[in-house]
Formats: sequence, C-alpha cells, structure tokens
Amino acid sequence: MSLAELICPAGTPAALRTAVDAGADAVYCGFQDATNARNFPGLNFTPEELEEAVAYAHARGAKVLLALNTYPPAGKVDLWRQAADSGARFGVDAFIVADMGVADYIARNHPGVRLHLSVQAAASSPEAIRYYAQHFGVKRVVLPRILTIPEIRKIRQEIPCEIETFIFGNHGLMVEGRCSLTNYLTGQSTNMDGVCSPASEVEYIRDEATGTMSSCLGGFTIDRFGPEEKAGYPTICKGRYTAPHRPEGYYAFEEPVSLNLSRLLPDLIGAGVHAFKIEGRQRSKAYVRSVVSAFRRAVDDIRAGRAANIEDLVALTEGQKQTQGAFETKKWR
Amino acid sequence: MTVEHGATLPPRPPGAGALARLASSMAQPILGRIARRVAARHASLFARLGAHQNTDYVIDPVELPFALHLRPDPQALLFRAVPRDALPAAGATIRGRFLMLLELLDAEVDGDAAFFSRDLEITGDTEAVVRLRNALDDVDGSIAEEAAAMFGPPGRAILGHLRRKYSDDAMPRGE
Ligand code: SF4
Repeated sequence: MSLAELICPAGTPAALRTAVDAGADAVYCGFQDATNARNFPGLNFTPEELEEAVAYAHARGAKVLLALNTYPPAGKVDLWRQAADSGARFGVDAFIVADMGVADYIARNHPGVRLHLSVQAAASSPEAIRYYAQHFGVKRVVLPRILTIPEIRKIRQEIPCEIETFIFGNHGLMVEGRCSLTNYLTGQSTNMDGVCSPASEVEYIRDEATGTMSSCLGGFTIDRFGPEEKAGYPTICKGRYTAPHRPEGYYAFEEPVSLNLSRLLPDLIGAGVHAFKIEGRQRSKAYVRSVVSAFRRAVDDIRAGRAANIEDLVALTEGQKQTQGAFETKKWR
Repeated sequence: MTVEHGATLPPRPPGAGALARLASSMAQPILGRIARRVAARHASLFARLGAHQNTDYVIDPVELPFALHLRPDPQALLFRAVPRDALPAAGATIRGRFLMLLELLDAEVDGDAAFFSRDLEITGDTEAVVRLRNALDDVDGSIAEEAAAMFGPPGRAILGHLRRKYSDDAMPRGE
C-alpha cells in the first residue's frame, strides 16, 4: 500500500502552523513573488518566515515543500535561482517545479533536495514523466486533473517516480500550466507572473435594485449572479457567456465547482498514488483546519482498514458544488 | 446551469439619524482602544497590507445601526463607528452579518466560502480586501477574544452573549 501522504496548502505562516497541527504530512508554500503560482497580494512567505516555518514543521515531523512552479520570463531566471538557493539553505524537503531550466538549476546546485514536478508542467504521459525523472531526477509527479483512476494506475506502472494527485479544491484545469485566459484580459500571466485573475483587476459590482452581483475582470463582466445564486471565483474559465446558440448565457468552459475525491481515496491508494494534495494556498486558516483534519481522519481510517467517515465539506467548495471530475469519468463535462 | 438557493443578505438597514449617531459615538472609544491594542500586539500584519495601509475600508455589519471605518495606517490608525448617512468615500467595502464578520476576523469562517454562499459582499478595490483578509488570517489566536479580554469578565460575557445571540438568529436560515 502506498504511503498516502497528505500534502496541505499554506498561504501564511499561521496557515502552515494550522496545517501541521491538523495533521499534514507535508505543507507546500511559496515566497512573496512571481516564483510561485499563488502570487496573491498579502499572501505567502518572506525568507525569514519560511525559515521559521521549516523549523516549526520539522520539529513536529512534517515536511515543507517549496513551490517554484512558475515559468521564468526570458532574462529573469535569477529570481527563481535565488528562491531555490534560499529554500535549500532553510532546509526545505522538496522543490515543486514546472520549468525545465529551474529543474536543471536545482538538480545541479542542490542535488540533495528532492524535486517534485508541478501540475503546472502538465506531464500526463509516461514518456513526459520519464523524461523529467531521467534528466532532472524528479522523484514525484503531480498529475494533471484530467486522468481517470485506471489511467493513473497504468501510468504508475510505467514511471520510475511517485505520483501525487489533487483530492480537494479548485478545479480550474484548462490545460494546466498553459492557460492564457487571464493574459488575454489583463496582460498578466498565470504561468509567469503566478496569478490568475489578479485581484487588482477584479471588481464586484452590486446592483442595489435587483440584488445581482457582477464579477468583472480587467473591465469585462465575466459573470452575473442573481440574488439567490451561489458565486464562484472570478476566473475566466468559470465565467458565464452568451453565444448565438445560447443567448441566455452559459458556462462555456467550466462551472464554479470544486474537486472532492474523498470517496475515491481507497481507489487512488489502490492505483498506487503516493500523496494526496489539497488545493488552496489562497484560502484561510479556517479552510485549512477543516479540510486537513477531515482528510487526516479519512486517510488514517483507510490505513487502519476502517471505512472512512468523510465529513461534508461542500460548504467550503466553489459555487457550493463538488465533483469527482475526470477521476470518476471522462464524461464529467 | 444549476441554480442553488441560499441565504442572501437582508436589505441594507437605514443606519442613519439620531439613534445611529448616538450608537456610533458610544462605540467610538471602545473601537479606538481595540484597534490600538491589536495593532500593537500584531504589528506584522501591516507588512501584508503594503500600500493599502492608507486605504479607507468600510466594514458594514448589516444588522448594526452603524458601519465601521478602518484606515489601517500604523502611524495614524483609524477605526471608528460611522452612521450610514455619513460614510467616508470607501476604497473597499466589506458587508455581511455581524457574527459572520466576527468569525471571519477570527478565522473561524473561510472568506472565500462566505463569498461563494453570498453571505459576504465585497465592493471597491478587491486587492485591498484580499490584502486585509490575508493580513488578518496570519494573526494567531482570536482577535475578538483579545478585544473582549481588554474589558475583563464583562467584555468576555458580552462577546459570549453576542455569539450566542447571533448564532441563534442565524439558525433558521437552515444551512
Ligand atoms: S482561467 Fe481557470 S484554467 Fe485558466 S489559469 Fe485561471 S483558474 Fe486555471
């Protein structure tokens, strides 16, 4: 049976402590800059905070994984190199990388630190994963959320490294690592600047008369919620649009919905998945506490041969709806 | 498209006139003291606010007879109660039920979830709100309890009463 490590998000030092105390096996986090894909205002760690966080986690038997999972624009790779050097100096347990140049730099300069391949690298075939494992010594791949469990089982048999899959959280999966929708409206890149729908470009407009709320990005309205409707993130992939064949407006790409694989955990373990990832570095300590404790109990139950009693986490999901996505069936959308 | 039904915020209360003015002036000295204490004990939260230390936030607890005006400038901290007919020009407005705002402050409730369920409304500068949320979320412990403790056992009793009252009020919403 695989270890079924629980990999948990932390956007702040307090969230990291919350995750560790709630039973995370490892916590992933990033610096306050474009080197990671949650470069949100007021979020993330200063170098001093990361150093303290590593000490806190290690003292309690948890690991810290540093996300360096964006792509350096030409000529700006120094920021990523410095981040890797700092992470290695502070004793992080692994780097989560997407860019080959960053992977190569770490493999050469910090060979003692594990490399995990970010979902942002979108490596979904045995050939691609083997390439990263052979050339950069990648020890674990975080699989894109587009594979069924039988497909994951098959990949596991054909690669020389561990597999991590998302089990809960945001479900925006339009060609992970290659989505340019935000770029199109705001000029900022999810994959290079580390932020999808930057908050500075987001505006919510409430119509007092009707109670509707419009979600706007870069000056464009991307959704409008009636007074009784649940809302989602202001990302273009979850926007509602009119088209000649759907003049009433519809979710052209995806609906506001979150991934929740709590019921599939035994199947994932059976398929050889080594680690379960919870999305949400942008979320609060309240989210981290609830989701991490619920999955901690579930994984412990399964490891002990008991049926997992999964708590209802739907209140924390986007649009207050959840899906098992492609893990259950390719027909999910 | 699935449309799910849930609670939305009640219509904005008037919060104007003599009563609102009286209530806000009574709350004023308490709010000032709370803000100064929290700022002194959690100085690191200002770094996460960045340039938004100078933003005027209006925090609008829908059931109270007044709203709150916060300018988190460490050099000239401002936290005051304001009648709704005398609100300053807000850089960002955060609106919701009082208990929910209190729970958000204490990381008992997740801000994104409250936004998804439409229990929390934000308007104005979204980056300012995100920074404030992240800054407060990095504070360990309960800011509400710290504030209540400043006023000794009566302070704690009032906080307990408010929590009970507002959770009871929230119950019939069936969520
Ligand atoms: S628009 Fe959607 S799919 Fe694209 S990066 Fe943002 S969240 Fe991901």
